[in-house]
Amino acid sequence: MKRLEQKFRELKKEGAKALITFITAGDPDLDATCDLVETLVAAGADVVELGVPFSDPLADGPTIQAASGRALAQGVTLKKIIATVAKIRLRTDIPLVLMSYYNPLFSYGLEEFVADAATAGVDGVIVPDLPLEESYLLRSLADGKIAVVPLAAPTTPDARLAKIVASGSGFLYYVTVTGITGTRTSLPLELTSTLDRVRKIADKLPLAAGFGISTPEQARVIGKHSDAIIVGSALVEIIATHGAADSGRKKLFDFVGSLRQALDA
Amino acid sequence: MESEKQRTPDENGYFGDYGGRFVPETLIVALNELDDAWSKFRNDPSFQEELAAWLKDYCGRPTPLYRARKLAAALDIKEIYLKREDLAHTGAHKINNTMGQALLACRMGKKRLIAETGAGQHGVATATAAALFGLDCEVYMGEKDIERQAMNVFRMDLLGAKVIPVSSGSRTLKDATNEAIRDWVTNVGNTHYIIGSVVGPHPYPAMVRDFQRVIGIETRSQILEMSGVLPDVVFACVGGGSNAIGIFHPFLEDDLELVGVEAAGSGIMSGAHSAPLSVGRPGVLHGSLSYLLQTEDGQIKEAHSISAGLDYPGVGPEHSFLKDQGRAKYISVTDTEALTALRLLCRVEGIIPALESAHAIAGVIQEAEQLKDKTVVINLSGRGDKDVATLAKLESGEDEK
Repeated sequence: MKRLEQKFRELKKEGAKALITFITAGDPDLDATCDLVETLVAAGADVVELGVPFSDPLADGPTIQAASGRALAQGVTLKKIIATVAKIRLRTDIPLVLMSYYNPLFSYGLEEFVADAATAGVDGVIVPDLPLEESYLLRSLADGKIAVVPLAAPTTPDARLAKIVASGSGFLYYVTVTGITGTRTSLPLELTSTLDRVRKIADKLPLAAGFGISTPEQARVIGKHSDAIIVGSALVEIIATHGAADSGRKKLFDFVGSLRQALDA
Repeated sequence: MESEKQRTPDENGYFGDYGGRFVPETLIVALNELDDAWSKFRNDPSFQEELAAWLKDYCGRPTPLYRARKLAAALDIKEIYLKREDLAHTGAHKINNTMGQALLACRMGKKRLIAETGAGQHGVATATAAALFGLDCEVYMGEKDIERQAMNVFRMDLLGAKVIPVSSGSRTLKDATNEAIRDWVTNVGNTHYIIGSVVGPHPYPAMVRDFQRVIGIETRSQILEMSGVLPDVVFACVGGGSNAIGIFHPFLEDDLELVGVEAAGSGIMSGAHSAPLSVGRPGVLHGSLSYLLQTEDGQIKEAHSISAGLDYPGVGPEHSFLKDQGRAKYISVTDTEALTALRLLCRVEGIIPALESAHAIAGVIQEAEQLKDKTVVINLSGRGDKDVATLAKLESGEDEK
């Protein structure tokens, strides 16, 4: 959790924007996940999100659904992912955040999950189907151990947004579109002004914009109106197409590097 | 008369430990709007009068309560009454809910309806209401269900709805529901999602129940009129559980037994079944916390039932509550038992029930020993026309043996 706060503090000091990268844990397998995280770090990612595969990922588009399916077919479980995080921790200090639907956490046991995740070196968790009203238990158990990253959407009214930010920790995951994850050729026209408005209300937490961001140009534009951008499906697509061996990792490295450059430009 | 207890859930949508609202943030405002609209219109005489008029003149309510003497004789049970939801317009109880929600959508200014469907009955009922009220309609349906419920797919098409095949996961109701939720997250501004059962995030389980309570309200007054006393036991099949809640709810405060019948598929021990209340454990699927079929790691298991309408790994949260309270009892019957019950009802009463409803009858057959001197009500939730292709296939398969 400290790693996450520290990272955003450092970036703020440097006037730099955070690049948050998402991959599905266990796609194509958990050993590959360790290597892929290293590639992301080397290419300039500031935070890595690891998706916990779920049988019914209702906030995800086809790309991440398919990655989830591949990981589940490998027998990937939350327990194994936490063990993988412990291995990754031997290699890098990058902040690591798990993105999981609620049922795998609930089934694991929230208290056990928080304890095991924190011990392994997980810094935070994002739960896309756990809105403010349902998150109290997880937040209170996680307090001081791992961040519970809140989500806000274009449909969230200002007063609610303020409550969401006040309750959350780590950063604010702002969902840029009303929709599911996946690459988009265009983002809403009003997005940059929306982000400026959100930032005013959400000044307690770093503002990270995600969903639909898939090109360096989008990264550049949105980075100017937020503290961080989150890219997921575009990376998962590269891994799905090119694999996680040397050539696939090279493609991933180049693409993440191009996002980094655009964000720093 | 409604007691406080009957007005569960609490303000957060919990029936005891079950229910709630486990959905992406994007939908919270829409759920709040829906909750506000429903709270307003459920007590609005003009809304209730309009709905009652549609239910009467268009849907054919009240549906009869029929005393099935032949069935009672065949099973050696004192009295059996069938609540004939199969005689409601479109052939099942589903229309009670879709008329209510479509009317609500009109009042909320939504122009587009979406729905998920398993057996196709809810899809047809949604398409029907959409045609009647002039709304656009798209229905998500698993590819496997499209194959086994071809007639209902054609009916939806005739009614002007677009059926969208779902190829993910088990290609059944669970996956159709995922896809409908994804659509709603994307088009939340102009779209109302008509969930077909007492599942999903708050306020759906309570709202759908309220629309289906008409079944139990009618049954209660009909049986009092016909026999002068309340029944001893009420049976209904349980998939998501809307027909069961609909008939159970007005009897909750009465001294009688409520029995929900889940689909045991190929048998509980086989693992291929749809009986979360019988052998599942609590978890979160499609927006609420309830009993679920899931793996040790919290992945949702694929359900199995010969009946597409019961082929679902979850169940409405109020049923989980009633189970834990001990207020309702939940049993299960296999595909084979349901088929036997279906054939029996056809032969002795001249009624072809839906495969779903056949489970309720099979539940009565299973418990017949203890029902000898009882008055039993069975909710005959739908008619079996949609299932004849499945049945014909089974018959020919059996002939080959």
